[in-house]
Amino acid sequence: MRISRRLVLGAATVSVLLIAWALLTMVTDTISTGRFPSPLQFWQSAKQILTVGYADGTLIQHALHSLKLVIMGFLVAIAVGVPLGLLMGWSRRAEALINPVFLLIRPIPPLAWIPLAILWLGLGDAAKIMVIFFAAFVPSVINTFTGVRTIEPHIIEAARMLGTGRWRFVREVLVPAAAPMIFTGLRLSLQASWTTLVAAELVGALAGLGRVLNMAQQDIYPAMVMVGMAAVGVLGWGTTRLLAEVERRTMPWLTP
Amino acid sequence: MASPVNLPLSKIEGFILGIVGLASFLGLWFVISASGLVPRQFLPTPLDVVARTFHLLTEPFAGATLPMHLAKSLERYTYGFLLAAAVGVPLGMAMGWFRWLDDIVTPIFDGLRFIAPIAWVPFAALWFGTGIGGPIMIIFSGAFPPCLISAYRGARYVDGKYIEAAQMLGTSNLRTIVDVLLPASFPSIVAGLRVGAGLGWQSLVGAELIVASAGVGYMMVQGQSNVSTPTVVAGMIAIGLVGLLIDVALRQMEAFVRRRRGLA
Repeated sequence: MRISRRLVLGAATVSVLLIAWALLTMVTDTISTGRFPSPLQFWQSAKQILTVGYADGTLIQHALHSLKLVIMGFLVAIAVGVPLGLLMGWSRRAEALINPVFLLIRPIPPLAWIPLAILWLGLGDAAKIMVIFFAAFVPSVINTFTGVRTIEPHIIEAARMLGTGRWRFVREVLVPAAAPMIFTGLRLSLQASWTTLVAAELVGALAGLGRVLNMAQQDIYPAMVMVGMAAVGVLGWGTTRLLAEVERRTMPWLTP
Repeated sequence: MASPVNLPLSKIEGFILGIVGLASFLGLWFVISASGLVPRQFLPTPLDVVARTFHLLTEPFAGATLPMHLAKSLERYTYGFLLAAAVGVPLGMAMGWFRWLDDIVTPIFDGLRFIAPIAWVPFAALWFGTGIGGPIMIIFSGAFPPCLISAYRGARYVDGKYIEAAQMLGTSNLRTIVDVLLPASFPSIVAGLRVGAGLGWQSLVGAELIVASAGVGYMMVQGQSNVSTPTVVAGMIAIGLVGLLIDVALRQMEAFVRRRRGLA
């Protein structure tokens, strides 16, 4: 009963909005289509970028380009960030050594690295990966670190008492016990990666969804802006779902 | 592997290790740029950056000095953040109280949630221009979701007995929201404001990099196109510092609120 009511009201809201959108832009002209596209324009732009292409590529090419960069930057960042977080969580010495440097870098928002990345590496893929790296690195370190520090001491003591070897300890105690927090970090990292990539591509890029948005802005082409935004949203949703699925399969003991 | 895991270091050992870590980081940076391994134009030494920062405090770059750019950024930020809080918190509270509003707003909110705040930049520029309106909209879209969600959660998960008591006494909807839900969910709201403030500040940087004509982000973009790396790094430091100050201020506020309510 609850769910169906929610579903009905939700579907009703969305359809009312869609109808209002169509009416206001196409029938009554209350909203100027120079500022906000009509559903028809949106559809035509979507068809244009899917078949003919826009900003030197079709939607699929741009989306794949952005997706590739996000995944590469994200993987590099977590490949460095998660082990670093494990190390800092495990050893107080490593924490004392690394933490001050980390505190220095941490308050700088990921987007603030963009000008430096462009200055160093230009407008190509390398600069984007550098920016995504900084965006995804910080949350993965912090959460992995917290995950290790909040492991219950008796788990660690039990493993020690049984004389568990170093690698086995890391593989079978440390990582699984910290896994929920590590995944929280990965989720935040992935979100930060997307946001940062879109920003970096808006500042300057040769391909990608951000470039589509940028070109559409310069051409004053609101319908294409909307298509670009929709693509950004769909891909963001898709990658988040994918990570949730990986999380579910990696930690079957947490799913009811 | 000899020592137990969670044994804290002595204060002195921790301090010395911290200094060693910082010194090796700055030392490595200094050596790489001073030795010419990387052209100094692209990697200025830490000293160059400090000198440039002080220079920017008095000498204008890209039309204004660093404090003037910062003031411009903070002005936009304040408007955007206050707007997000002023819309997000009441809406969230109302959604937590009125089920029908929740059912109506949630699908729209979920649909928009996955669009990164930065992706609104082209529309923001088109609708509100690049002066103050456009950036404010971007800051708003960054700070709004946490404000809404935390107020919603706060109001939704208020201990049922308070609400029952209020309803038994015949309290009106509005009074229930203001006198029962608001005080009960205050800690959650403050926590959400802190998260929103952080995200809003990040979005501001992005907005200024792309569309603004003044502000710290604009200064950095100008520094980038003039290949003035020290200016860019000085901007990063200024943004980091201000972001840190905002976070510390709101953290204090959060701790204060929690203490007052006996939650700490």
